[in-house]
Amino acid sequence: MATDVGQLSAVRATGLVRRFGEHVVLDELNLEIAAGEFVALLGQSGSGKTTLLRALAGLDRDVTGEGTLAVPPKVSVAFQDSRLLPWLRVLDNVVLGLAKGRDVGRAALAEVGLAGRERAWPTQLSGGEQQRVSLARCLVRDPQLLLADEPFGALDALTRTKMHGLLRDLLRRHRPAVLLVTHDVDEAIQLADRVLVLDAGRIVLDRAVDVPQPRSLRDPAFHEFRDLLLSALGATATADGSTR
Amino acid sequence: MTTVVSEAVTLAPPEPLVAAPRRRLRPGKPIPFGRLVGVATVVGIWALASAVGLLDPRKLSAPWTVLQTGIDLARDGTLEANTAASLHRAVLGLVIGVAVGTLLAVLSGLTRLGEALIDGPIQVKRAIPALGLIPLMILWLGIGETFKVVLIAIVVALAIYVPTHNALTSIDSRYVELAEVVGLSRWGFLRKVVAPGALPGFFLGLRLAVTGSWLALIVVEEVNAVDGLGKMMYSAQDYGQSDVILVGLVLYGLFGYLSDSLVRLVERRVLSWRRTLAN
Ligand SMILES: Nc1ncnc2c1ncn2[C@@H]1O[C@H](COP(=O)(O)OP(=O)(O)OP(=O)(O)O)[C@@H](O)[C@H]1O
Ligand SMILES: [Mg+2]
Repeated sequence: MATDVGQLSAVRATGLVRRFGEHVVLDELNLEIAAGEFVALLGQSGSGKTTLLRALAGLDRDVTGEGTLAVPPKVSVAFQDSRLLPWLRVLDNVVLGLAKGRDVGRAALAEVGLAGRERAWPTQLSGGEQQRVSLARCLVRDPQLLLADEPFGALDALTRTKMHGLLRDLLRRHRPAVLLVTHDVDEAIQLADRVLVLDAGRIVLDRAVDVPQPRSLRDPAFHEFRDLLLSALGATATADGSTR
Repeated sequence: MTTVVSEAVTLAPPEPLVAAPRRRLRPGKPIPFGRLVGVATVVGIWALASAVGLLDPRKLSAPWTVLQTGIDLARDGTLEANTAASLHRAVLGLVIGVAVGTLLAVLSGLTRLGEALIDGPIQVKRAIPALGLIPLMILWLGIGETFKVVLIAIVVALAIYVPTHNALTSIDSRYVELAEVVGLSRWGFLRKVVAPGALPGFFLGLRLAVTGSWLALIVVEEVNAVDGLGKMMYSAQDYGQSDVILVGLVLYGLFGYLSDSLVRLVERRVLSWRRTLAN
């Protein structure tokens, strides 16, 4: 069902339907992501974010619907757990399934700041380091689309901030389109060009992030945008800043 | 005025800085040569009981008698011939059994057809103790070497089949998903994900198989044999030589222990990526 898309858009999905029994999780969902665009996907727990991501990644064979699903040929997925194979050394994890040499793997590890750790076992790395290896594994494939399901969810605030910097840096160089699932509203605003909110199987909010760079938490525009997202998410956000 | 302290100051050894130590859930540091300590204790009690006359030497000879008998038997070549015969059977049965058991586990673990054809019969067979097959095996194969090796191989194959098959079929689905995402080929998936993931199960099976091969060996040699350690022990029973029986038992134990240690050594090497409670 999935076909290649042209240069202009990285993802074009129309009328996606996914049911689990009676439960309709994706309800004729439409989504378009331009090449090189960074889109963040928010939504309450159980709203179907992972389901949508798996559909786009081609991992779900039971997606139905009348519409189309078009993704680029080269898609990488970053999971919430770094999902490194514990029996492969770090470098072998990075180049898993790649025909091209290990040099590109080494270069990718250097890019995420892990040069010299090629021969370590995944269990010898910290959580943040494991997540960086996972990122290297994604980028070494030169993806046109990067699908990331809460890749930083398990990290502490400081490591998460560092990972944001690293991610921005890497994206500037590799320029894939990105769909990032996150629970963190601030993370979405800081990183994304556009934010989507998923609710009851449909996208209920689709808004370009108009907060000027650098997007600082102190900026009133940042707060305004955050309130907008929170109310779309169903949280009670009040004008007097109780969500700060 | 300043005082110069001339003596060397000895500092108290630093206290380990552990704030409110947690209850330790893993066992503490391993005792050096831990396993030998237990063995030495048993032998010590045995020696002591023999020395003070608590043990009837006709029922259980003293350790030194057993040692002396062992040396005597080794001198006249009996021990060597019997040990060689036993080892030959055990190793042959083990090699054949491991090969067959692993092959069956792979076929039934990785292919639907194999699962349908192989797994059912093996589960049924598992309900019949291998030793219950002895009469049938003798009827088919006679009471020569073939029957002995085949029976050992059957015990070994079953021991290795179950954990290996289980490991092959319970690969973490998250890793399967990863393999799909990075576009591994079927062969790459088997080589990079399935095989390494199933190795711990295989090694568990191998340890059970090694123990099982010695167990089966004792039994088949007791049924009927012209040589071997089991035969030696059975003849000794007829003459009331408890020391000879004990020499045989010690050797069985020694071989069993050494082969198990060997498997574990290889396991530690091969599965060095694992961090378990043991280390
Ligand atoms: N394999 C499945 N079988 C049945 N129901 C499922 C299955 N997978 C997901 N669901 C249901 O689909 C809905 C959406 O699940 P999904 O994992 O996409 O949520 P999510 O938005 O990713 O949530 P979270 O933020 O907690 O990760 C949930 O109600 C879930 O119970
Ligand atoms: Mg999810």
